Amino acid sequence: MCLAIPVRIMEKKDDETAIVELSGVRHHVSLALVDDVAVGDYVIVHVGYALSKLDPAEAEATLTMMRAAGLTEEASTAQTAERQP
Amino acid sequence: MKYIDEFRDGALAQQLAQAIAREAKAERHYHLMEFCGGHTHAISRYGLTDLLPPNVRMVHGPGCPVCVLPIGRIDSAIELAREHGAMVCTYADTMRVPASGGISLIKAKAQGADIRMLYSCADALTLAQKHPERQVVFFAIGFETTTPPTALILKQAKALGLKNFSVFCNHVLTPPAITCLLTLAEASAGTGQIGARLDGFIGPAHVSTVIGSGAYEPFVARFRKPMVISGFEPLDVMQAILMLVRQLNEGRAEVENEFTRAVTREGNVKAKALMAETFILRDSFEWRGLGEMPKSALQIHPDYRAFDAEIRFGLTYRKVPDHKACQCSEILRGIKAPRDCKVFGTACTPDNPLGSCMVSSEGACAAHYTYGRFRDKKKAAEKTAKIAAKNAAENAATQGTNT
Amino acid sequence: MSTTKSRRRADYIRPLDFENGRIDMSHGSGGRASAQLIDELFAEAFDNDYLRQGNDQAAFDVTAGRMVMSTDAHVVSPLFFPGGDIGCLSVHGTINDVAMAGARPLYLAASFVLEEGLPLADLKRIVDSMAAAAREAHVPIVTGDTKVVEKGKGDGVFITTTGIGVVPSGVDIRGDRARSGDKILVSGTIGDHGVAVMALREELSFETALRSDTAALHTLVAAMVAHVPDIHCLRDPTRGGLGTTLNELARQSGCGMVIHETALPVRPEVNAACEFLGLDPLYAANEGKLVAICAAEDAERLLAAMRAHPLGSQAAIIGEVIEDDHRFVQMKTAFGGSRIVDWLTGEQLPRIC
Repeated sequence: MCLAIPVRIMEKKDDETAIVELSGVRHHVSLALVDDVAVGDYVIVHVGYALSKLDPAEAEATLTMMRAAGLTEEASTAQTAERQP
Repeated sequence: MKYIDEFRDGALAQQLAQAIAREAKAERHYHLMEFCGGHTHAISRYGLTDLLPPNVRMVHGPGCPVCVLPIGRIDSAIELAREHGAMVCTYADTMRVPASGGISLIKAKAQGADIRMLYSCADALTLAQKHPERQVVFFAIGFETTTPPTALILKQAKALGLKNFSVFCNHVLTPPAITCLLTLAEASAGTGQIGARLDGFIGPAHVSTVIGSGAYEPFVARFRKPMVISGFEPLDVMQAILMLVRQLNEGRAEVENEFTRAVTREGNVKAKALMAETFILRDSFEWRGLGEMPKSALQIHPDYRAFDAEIRFGLTYRKVPDHKACQCSEILRGIKAPRDCKVFGTACTPDNPLGSCMVSSEGACAAHYTYGRFRDKKKAAEKTAKIAAKNAAENAATQGTNT
Repeated sequence: MSTTKSRRRADYIRPLDFENGRIDMSHGSGGRASAQLIDELFAEAFDNDYLRQGNDQAAFDVTAGRMVMSTDAHVVSPLFFPGGDIGCLSVHGTINDVAMAGARPLYLAASFVLEEGLPLADLKRIVDSMAAAAREAHVPIVTGDTKVVEKGKGDGVFITTTGIGVVPSGVDIRGDRARSGDKILVSGTIGDHGVAVMALREELSFETALRSDTAALHTLVAAMVAHVPDIHCLRDPTRGGLGTTLNELARQSGCGMVIHETALPVRPEVNAACEFLGLDPLYAANEGKLVAICAAEDAERLLAAMRAHPLGSQAAIIGEVIEDDHRFVQMKTAFGGSRIVDWLTGEQLPRIC
């Protein structure tokens, strides 16, 4: 597997390189493997190369799905409680 | 850290754990293999096994490029530095992998071989430009995630017309390895071994950003085993387990994608095109612990043969068997757990690894040794206590009858 | 470092060139060039009564009670880093090792191995930084030595410092006194030095505002001992980081430990840099932090004493000592699971996988 992390693009040096940031740490990465990325986008970086763009809407959707799994539990507990008076 | 911390929320993990416990059927087992070392690391580091019901069992897979690198290939890298006087550049991960004769890259370096650690492969090109009088070889390892950067430097080296730069290619491919595991599992079905009962897979996060979720569809259809592509954060893994449990309960076998924030069905088209331009499939490649697997690795494309270290230095591959006591092969296939290996934690430790699973922090053994081995001691202590209690009870009973 | 101020101006035709000069083999010959280096650089910077006497050793009266002595070799690359340099680091390091016995550091000795070709400007900067650190700590450098090795046989400069201190009566701080039920405290954020130095590595191309935490901890220790004389263990988690130090103490004391991830003070930048490189802040070096272990009933008082000191303002209680024959250090993760915090294996290297 491969260690890669989501970071935010702060500044594009040219088409192929950018400065990215994660919690106050800045790092130079290559954009040569991705298209259409802009300042403010999040990308996933591995060994100094951005591999893919991160989709914020999908990230939120995944978190919502995770929260829903927990809610089901509460809902089902409530239902069980109703069924057992 | 945005998009990291949210996926490490302990409270949400507890909720997911409850959902898994609720939905996993008590009457059946769920043997789920996380293929990737990244998942193995997350499971061990965050103690996820503590959050799973006993019938949901995680089986560690071979998805760590360092673990599956065979001894013979490390021997060749050392040979490049020692016999051919090359400057061998590599990611730090490979430095401590045991090679033949008790040596490793880090030990060869101490003995005077010119071996350099890199963070990015682009630094290998820089070194080649800086030292025109030296042969600089990039010792490339990794799955589809790490391959596109190597593809880029091959193209750059060609564009620059570098005469002193080459790549020793050891890039391997994920789908053929999973296919191999499933074939082995099918062959050993009914033997009762753990690895023989793989119910589903957690698919790689970052490999999939490149190859896309579509790459797994053929073998999921062929073997009828569900696969959920998952991010490497602990909540991602928990969610993927829940999705697998649901697929199994419903009798489905599909490729599902939990890591939609970074993985699409087609993957990174640009990266895939670059790889196709610079690499071709290798007929066969040896995976440490898994043996020779056809079409499971890449070699440098004929158009780039000038930069192929295997051709430039006339390297011939010599197969070297693993240490006799080493059970990495069974562990990598999920047939055995680290604690089943006789040398685990005794002759084989992260400081002095015999087998590849103990080398990389993602190796199944290293992860278990570093983060989880107190559980074995706990289990052993509980077992001893149980036996002692049973003996005491029996003694008391015997004494009771005697008096 | 045996010389007198009066000899200085008379003996040398030209003063040392601190702008463009470099160390050469003659500076280690023991002859006039060595003497000039000592006079114009070391004695000038470290100036104190002991050095001024011009002997090959320092003579001082011994106070009553237990004395402690410690020595530390300092090698660091690069020599200068945000928040410090090898000079102040070598003073802080040994003062801290002495202070970890609860002792008041009294005197330091310093020994230099210089590499031929080292710019005199760099050496002066390092020596001035040492002098400032020693003066600020009120611990004089009373004796020393200098040798020069050929180019390629050193890494600019290696500095070994030795320190002597005296332990106040009633204080008995040792690595083997941790007992089940004791509390574990740390004096501030972990990993700052290790990550600040790692980020400087050219090939990693990182930019951070992180600074080394290098500092002399003896005044913090004095304040702690004044409030809680019966501190059981003190240690500074330098190389190997907090994780390794806790394992050392667990082994020495024959006990286990449980720490809580959520209680660990870690700067966001340290966490972020570790994410980039696949490192763990638990194993990153600290040069101005300490770990303390004391009885549970003393813990809050000790914490308050630490927080009242500028070097302990972010101190925290991070865990407990437990009974465990296996001497494991465990961590309750922020996530709700538990895992081992093992000894550091090899060197922490940036990972790709």
